[in-house]
Amino acid sequence: MLKGRALKLGDSITTDHIIPGRYAHLRSNLPELAKHVLEDADPKFTSRVKKGDFIVAGSNFGLGSSREHAPLVIKMAGVKAILAKSVARIFFRNAINLGLPVLICNTDQINDGDELEVDLKAGTIKDITNGSQLTFAKIPEIMLAILDEGGLIPYIKKYGDFRL
Amino acid sequence: MSKTLAEKLLNQESGNIVIARVDLVFAQDTTGPLTVRQFQACGFKRLANPKKTALFFDHAAPSPSQEISNDHTLLRQFAQKSGCLIYDVGGGVCHQIVAESLAKPGDIIVGADSHTVTAGALAAFATGMGSSDVAVAFALGKTWLRVPESIRVAVDGKFPPGVTAKDLVLHLIGKIGADGATYKALEFGGEGLENITMSGRFTIANMAVESGAKVGLFPTDSITRDYLKAQGRAKDYKPLSADEDASYEKTINIDLASLEPTVAKPHSVDNVAPARELKGTKIQQVFIGTCTNGRLEDIAIAANILKGKKHHPQTRLIVAPASPSVMLEAMREGYIQTLIEAGASILPPGCGACLGLHQGVLASGEACLSTANRNFRGRMGSPEAFIYLGSPAAAAATAITGEITDPREMM
Repeated sequence: MLKGRALKLGDSITTDHIIPGRYAHLRSNLPELAKHVLEDADPKFTSRVKKGDFIVAGSNFGLGSSREHAPLVIKMAGVKAILAKSVARIFFRNAINLGLPVLICNTDQINDGDELEVDLKAGTIKDITNGSQLTFAKIPEIMLAILDEGGLIPYIKKYGDFRL
Repeated sequence: MSKTLAEKLLNQESGNIVIARVDLVFAQDTTGPLTVRQFQACGFKRLANPKKTALFFDHAAPSPSQEISNDHTLLRQFAQKSGCLIYDVGGGVCHQIVAESLAKPGDIIVGADSHTVTAGALAAFATGMGSSDVAVAFALGKTWLRVPESIRVAVDGKFPPGVTAKDLVLHLIGKIGADGATYKALEFGGEGLENITMSGRFTIANMAVESGAKVGLFPTDSITRDYLKAQGRAKDYKPLSADEDASYEKTINIDLASLEPTVAKPHSVDNVAPARELKGTKIQQVFIGTCTNGRLEDIAIAANILKGKKHHPQTRLIVAPASPSVMLEAMREGYIQTLIEAGASILPPGCGACLGLHQGVLASGEACLSTANRNFRGRMGSPEAFIYLGSPAAAAATAITGEITDPREMM
């Protein structure tokens, strides 16, 4: 069970919003890179975000580049999961590979600052602030197994191969 | 049971998850360092197939900063130790080199770059992934994939003068939206394919990801065969196409004759309009190149429009051929001379200004017309800049007038 606060973002948040190419020289200096997380979508994001928060976004979150640094800097900011109406496929895969859950659900009813409770196993999200309950789309089993191990690298370290 | 091309290439029905062999795996200089670190973090020592593993220096080459120079060093050392293929500074844009020299029809290709989909034009199941997935494919020579459902794009007819593959793909994305094909395969077919060159097919497959697609696939035909032959790879050809009665999630019909020069406006690729409607939009930088439109045919179209003309005094013109062989051929044909005489700045083969790292970074308030594939806010530098996407013909016409111009006005 994950508990935290909703940080709302809009539709079509691209990987360039999350971490623009102009900071590519910082990709081997992750603490510096992480200071710029989402600055083109919300310049106040780094001061707003707290450990344990959820990003709650609209449609097509994470479209664009394959840069795994995008979910990486979001994770480094302390975000525990991303909730969105839809997610671009490379970002989805990258986030799961880093052990960062991405939950596809109708985020319209969730407001910025709402307290949420996420049950990954049951597939439910409870908005404690407004009392509503949501379900999220089923995550493929192989991705759940990767999430369970905390990401693709620990998964492969443990099993040595993919397991279907 | 009849199959789509995606189902044939992965040898499974859509919706299933497969562990697939990987015929080619690569990373570039901005995703490569994390790939190498994830490979090492996993405790791997050896590549599954060194000669099917490649590192490309294209996004920031030559290096614009000390930090990136250190990343380049890390990649060079990894290549030396692991024995993988390396395309160092000046070696060209990864997707162009994959197209020219490495991808074969029927291959499964995984690259740490979203535009890996480009090789779908050769009927390769080519898709972009992140560094962790690519690191594992480096070591195991395989990956997991969900076999996608397919959307068929059936094309008919012939392009009118001044209209190219770029206009087709911008039109398509405008129609289905930037998430119109998320998790799906886009499969191109129809009689109009015989009127789309190999270069144009790469442009279209390249932008499949801009509609969210996992892959953009073309069947192979005589155009594919002639291309591979010209690359000295005739033996790589094999006939591949979807079954006649394969089932698709939907079919989108496009008559090439009905298309016109099309431009994507800031800040999303599906925000398209006819170029003629944008007349009067002032442009400070024109950029011709990238994995989308940096091939010989693209440079030729631009050079033919710019021949004997000069770029507008308030509009700088930057051209980056996508590979050394494109550069050499463009020199032999006189295109490079024509472009330099028109006032162009010629960059070495690489990604150049596309992702805002160097070689044409935009200032606040500036507008660029680029032949690349993305116009997201902040992509080419300042988040207060504006990026328009168009064909090489539209780019060349715009460079002359200093405002967005329908290339048919210059023909």
